Amino acid sequence: MQTESRRNWILTALAAGVVLVGCRDRTESSGSAPSAGSTQAVVATEQKVSLTGAGATFPYPLYSKWISEYGKANPNVRINYQSIGSGAGIRQIIAETVDFGASDAPMKDEEAKDAKGKLVHIPTTLGAVVLAYNLPGVKLRLDAQTITGIFLGDITKWNDAVIKALNPEASLPDTAIVPTFRSDGSGTTAVFTDYLAGASPVWKEKVGQGKSVSWPKGLGAKGNEGVTGQVKTTPGALGYIEAVYAEQNKLSVAELKNPAGNFVTATGAAVTAAAEGVQLPDTLYASITNSPQPGAYPIAAYTYLLVYEDAKDAAKGKAIAKFAWWALTDGQAYAADLNYAPLPASVAAKVKDKLKTLHHGGQGLL
Amino acid sequence: MSIQAQRKPKEVRTSDKIFRWCTSGPALLLCVVLAGLGVQLLVSSIPSLKHFGVEFLLGRSWDPVRGIFGALPFIYGTLVTSCVALLIALPVGIAAALYLSELAPEWVRSPLGFMIELLAAVPSVIYGLWGVFTLAPAIREVVQPALASTLGFLPFFQGPQYGFGMLTAGIIVAIMVLPTITAVSREVVMAIPLTLREAAWGLGATRWEAIRFAVLPAARSGLVGAGVLALGRALGETMAVTMVIGNRPEISASLFSPGYSMASVIANEFTEATDELHLSALAEIGLLLLVLTIILNVAARALVGRVKRAW
Repeated sequence: MQTESRRNWILTALAAGVVLVGCRDRTESSGSAPSAGSTQAVVATEQKVSLTGAGATFPYPLYSKWISEYGKANPNVRINYQSIGSGAGIRQIIAETVDFGASDAPMKDEEAKDAKGKLVHIPTTLGAVVLAYNLPGVKLRLDAQTITGIFLGDITKWNDAVIKALNPEASLPDTAIVPTFRSDGSGTTAVFTDYLAGASPVWKEKVGQGKSVSWPKGLGAKGNEGVTGQVKTTPGALGYIEAVYAEQNKLSVAELKNPAGNFVTATGAAVTAAAEGVQLPDTLYASITNSPQPGAYPIAAYTYLLVYEDAKDAAKGKAIAKFAWWALTDGQAYAADLNYAPLPASVAAKVKDKLKTLHHGGQGLL
Repeated sequence: MSIQAQRKPKEVRTSDKIFRWCTSGPALLLCVVLAGLGVQLLVSSIPSLKHFGVEFLLGRSWDPVRGIFGALPFIYGTLVTSCVALLIALPVGIAAALYLSELAPEWVRSPLGFMIELLAAVPSVIYGLWGVFTLAPAIREVVQPALASTLGFLPFFQGPQYGFGMLTAGIIVAIMVLPTITAVSREVVMAIPLTLREAAWGLGATRWEAIRFAVLPAARSGLVGAGVLALGRALGETMAVTMVIGNRPEISASLFSPGYSMASVIANEFTEATDELHLSALAEIGLLLLVLTIILNVAARALVGRVKRAW
């Protein structure tokens, strides 16, 4: 919660800053009309562009790092990103109130129908969802069947035979498991339920997959921070959160059995491997949970930028395409430090090919 | 005298007119905002109203994946947490108000009153965080076992003890509405003429008897008013409740169980909802909350009126 509101503050401050700076620039250029000859020459070659984007909260730390680094190299491009949630990001880009959208979950076809033009998914980075638990001193291994059983309420005690079979050496207590889930609609939930639905037909039939689902058991908490807090303070709790929150809060995280039969943790390499294991179709979005790659972490996902294939505004379209290009090349180096996983080289190449096809009135943007 | 005579009556009328407009405008604007809010919610709810009809009020299932939406668990959760909150906060708040106005020594009154009012200035997210990290564990370790072992025969205090749930949400809301109740009650009690108390003392009443038979009956309608204000806040409280209620749409007699409130589900799901029916169902929950608040306020006003007349 705290981080989110702090983020919002920072955002508001950034937005206010952008507006203020923008105003100042305008007054300056209009005020210094006599000596405008030289300034205007610069403006003509490198037009000032200010972009607004909105959407997913999950990639926000990386996006804001990208925006600040990119802004240093390209002072003429100002980008304001508002992390208002994937669903809201999709609504905003469809309503064309922002220049680009961002979403953790790919757009559904019925959503895309409402848009006035063709929207393109641009995968930018990879994230993982981990299962954090509150059992001091226990190193836990889990598989999809067991997690399904716990979240459906079929497995209620930590010393259940199924969990014991996976963790023969651990001393599991005879206490209740408290499944903990995200109560707010979230991409994290979409990825987690995608993982369970892909691994278990029972889950698919009883609960299904989505940003908000009907949870049969457990406690709901708002935001990654909320789930983190509940897992931290509730003995026996088991909850799913984005990897970075578990690391920041030093929560124990379960090793998960992937479809190849190996137990893996959500390292950058394992998450990138998950993407390598799934062929990215030409739509540029794909589910990469339960990836068959031997070293892949099973609960991973792409996060996307959403842009119109036929840009409404040439200058803005160009700026977005260039920024995305930079993010897919130089930008990938910043991912690991912020607990994101870089895209596999093959994926980045494919996405760059797509960027080359973005256009405005028949003219390529790059 | 001469100044008044010099002033033209017309000028006075103009300034009065301006003043009238400056005050009646905002007053009217508030009504327009409320009406606009209602209309907007109603319009947004139309798809859900059409699709579910009355079933929406009675449905117990909330499943965004399958597009099934029923509001009953949210209505239940909202009413239960608000009731728990008022049951705790009303006696405590009125007692505190009586102490502050009747019994406390002069030098204690204003610092203590100030501190209670300060509680109202704490943002609700802070209460929520405190709820997650301090109150919920304390309730799980201390309050729930104690309640289960003493009053466990009642259905309200049974079942697994998570710490998060309707009881915790009720307690958090109780703390949050306490300053409202205390501040309003104190003003009400202090407004009661001293002569009433003096008359009671003159008849040989003790302090308690004077409060019981002279002050409280006179203050009754004002105290009900304090309760109404508190109820309004309790019904709409969102953030702190969301953080401790457990957020599962379930109707359970036990206060230990997780629940869900109307305001919470809107806060939780609105930003990520893209499906039209889902958005519309959330808007209808908002509409229901507005209607519920209006009904309860009207009922409470009627109650205040009756109490007044009775006295």
